[in-house]
Amino acid sequence: MDLVQLQRQFGFLDEQFTQLQELQDENNPDFVVEVVSLFFEDSERLLNELARALEQQNIDYKRIDAHVHQLKGSSSSIGAQRVQKVCVAFRNYCEEQNVEGCLKCLQQVRHEYSLVKTKLESLFQLEQQILTAGGSIPME
Amino acid sequence: MDGDYGGSCGGCSEDMTVEFGYEPHVLAVDDNLIDRTLVEKLLKNSSCKVTTAENGLRALEFLGLGSDQRNSLEGTVSKVNLVITDYCMPGMTGYELLKKIKESSVLKEVPVVIMSSENIPTRINQCLEEGAQMFMLKPLKQSDVKQLKRHLMKYRS
Repeated sequence: MDLVQLQRQFGFLDEQFTQLQELQDENNPDFVVEVVSLFFEDSERLLNELARALEQQNIDYKRIDAHVHQLKGSSSSIGAQRVQKVCVAFRNYCEEQNVEGCLKCLQQVRHEYSLVKTKLESLFQLEQQILTAGGSIPME
Repeated sequence: MDGDYGGSCGGCSEDMTVEFGYEPHVLAVDDNLIDRTLVEKLLKNSSCKVTTAENGLRALEFLGLGSDQRNSLEGTVSKVNLVITDYCMPGMTGYELLKKIKESSVLKEVPVVIMSSENIPTRINQCLEEGAQMFMLKPLKQSDVKQLKRHLMKYRS
């Protein structure tokens, strides 16, 4: 499916996403969609927690770091490397207790997340269209 | 679904059933839901029976080492053949879980593998010195699980 190649070229999805696709088989035909859906839910929850945490009078950087660590982990696991990269910068700002830096990163990570979400959703839609039309998705 | 497809794991001709002669029961511990889902699938693809736990405490409870389960393990055999755990977890780290397992007379022989997204040599050495069988870098791939199997086989005799 060359759309994935394209996404990889732009760095939205790295080879870890291909690993996920290879785990999908007849026994678990929806594996990728399921894992990615979990990623969406989990990330949205984390992003909300981060926004809330950064609004506090006394910012709890440890807590923020813990959330970003989670987000970094899950984005890495599904191959969303641009999200992961922002998380790395985010954690550095946490360590420095730099609120401006953190807020900037939150904005950036939200942006990257919505980009990759759009990419993944259109990828799934496209696959669904192909399947509905009676075709099949070639797996490399 | 567990273990029904022992002979076919998406292309690999060898699987844990062949190597172990039965399906190893693996306890996978990780506080991250996506990672737990992934590691479970990777292990099931290698014909393992998998139980997951979201933190060290739950893992210990499952193993029978919970704080209210003292002495309930006397004379029993371990439920699991392998524990694979994330290092960074809130509450009890993978390292602390490893120590608790190695302190147990019944469970100390169970191989424990530590996973982490961070490649920190002091962390790795600390775990290996405490008796971890292997240290693996996340995100895990199918080839990592195959390597794990090969490594574990070296220690079986």
